[in-house]
Amino acid sequence: MRRTPPEKPADYLPIAFPAAMLGLFFVVPFAIMVAISFFERVQGGFYQPAFTLANYGRFLSAFFGEILVFSLFLAALVSAVCLVLGVPFTYLLTKLSRRVQVAWLIGLLGVLSLSEVIIGFAWSTLLSRTAGISNLFVALGLMQQPRAWTPGFAAVMTGLVYQAFPYTVLVLYPAFSRLDPSLGEAARTLGASPLRAFLTVIVPALRKTLIATFIIVFIFALGAYLLPQILGRPQHWTLSVLVTDQAIYQSNMPFAAAMAVFLVIASLVLVLLANMINRREPAS
Amino acid sequence: MSGRFLSRVFFAALALFLALPLVVIAGVALNEKKTLAFPPQGLSADWYLQIFTDDAWRAALVHSVLIAASSALISVAIAAPLAWFLWRRVAPWARIVQVLGLSPFILPPVITALGALSFWATIGLYGQPWTVVISHGIFFVSLPLVTITLGFATIDREIIEAGTTMGADDRTLLKTIVFPLIRPYLISGFAFAFVLSLNEYIVAYMTIGFTLETIPIKIFNALRYGYTPTMASVSVFFVLVAVTVFGLVARFGDLPKLLGAWDEGER
Repeated sequence: MRRTPPEKPADYLPIAFPAAMLGLFFVVPFAIMVAISFFERVQGGFYQPAFTLANYGRFLSAFFGEILVFSLFLAALVSAVCLVLGVPFTYLLTKLSRRVQVAWLIGLLGVLSLSEVIIGFAWSTLLSRTAGISNLFVALGLMQQPRAWTPGFAAVMTGLVYQAFPYTVLVLYPAFSRLDPSLGEAARTLGASPLRAFLTVIVPALRKTLIATFIIVFIFALGAYLLPQILGRPQHWTLSVLVTDQAIYQSNMPFAAAMAVFLVIASLVLVLLANMINRREPAS
Repeated sequence: MSGRFLSRVFFAALALFLALPLVVIAGVALNEKKTLAFPPQGLSADWYLQIFTDDAWRAALVHSVLIAASSALISVAIAAPLAWFLWRRVAPWARIVQVLGLSPFILPPVITALGALSFWATIGLYGQPWTVVISHGIFFVSLPLVTITLGFATIDREIIEAGTTMGADDRTLLKTIVFPLIRPYLISGFAFAFVLSLNEYIVAYMTIGFTLETIPIKIFNALRYGYTPTMASVSVFFVLVAVTVFGLVARFGDLPKLLGAWDEGER
């Protein structure tokens, strides 16, 4: 069957509902949010229509600058760690039997779908003094007494990597499972060790996929809104946490909206970049 | 040989990393008294039963399940005709609608959440319990859209051609060929959206956070205002629900293919 352009008005019917729903409940809310980012805050937690750039002006403060730099740094670090773990993992995973692959995929999806609330709670328990893993180390004689590893930067990192690792694997999975197996075999036949074949043949072959994945995971990590709050101290808060905090607890919708608009622009630029990098790569 | 051993160790270490926090919360939920000690002091299944016997937790569970089921239905209802249209018609502008459907999942969730908050507050419906159903329905459109689009891509167009030659119109083709072929993709799209909606916190919090409690909202509130082992047991319960649902998807469908791997035959 050939695809045909829609001709009669009735041909447009199937797309009318999706377009209307997405327009009304995604585009319109988005537009309202952009509008609010130019509004003025009124004491008492409300805002009134106005046109002010003051909310964006606050970006120029040192406080905001620090949060921005920290958010970007944290997201980049999380993405790098996830790739370092995820690339060899995904490569080895696609070599395993189908049964084992499916079992891992179910587990990874299970962790990926977990609420940030649950991940944060689970890690804060695991790293706590009373119920945490340090008790195990004390029991094994590795430590003198149990201690709390949360809140702290390491705890935030651990939580974020925990959340982003399954995502990284699932983003890498299609590329690795479509990779021509003869590529690695050829390298092996020519005498390369498995590690060398992986580093000198497989990784370069997927270079662009890896860069694109880095960006996608970076955006994912940038989106974490609770883990830095549950597992970190206020200096570990990220832009996403700050947006929530301003919107809900400080009741400063215009400033929250301005930060969200900024976050959208940053993410869009990154997505376009990832797409551009990926498109230039012919299917491997 | 040593390479294989090393990769086993690597896999085991990652499995431990992924499982450890869940093991600990499964353990603290077994405490006899209201404490989050680990290893648990005294064994009791009470906190697991509390999910269903305690009125507040049961209510939150019912809310979560109702919201997840109805919002996943909305997601599928938006994604299915869209994917069908993209497959059936040549219309470059329709790509815009497709990108709109995919963006909520790619952009940081806080953006969708704040958009929803601005929208419902502006039209004066903020806090209505059903608003989260629509907002979740939009937020998770991406998942069924991806799976159903994949489903359409697997349909051999020649089968459709044969049907057309034999005089079938669009409606008949949809009913007799297209729908049965994409049904597994519809179901898995629904399953993905359902599980993610169950676990979703920020959009739910910014739409109905002050009027209704879902399980993630209730866990978060317990985290702020007083720990109870029930928050651990309900977390474990949610992990089991997710694994069961994805297990069923894998049992009745092709999970690697759904996640973008080729079939053996397609290589």
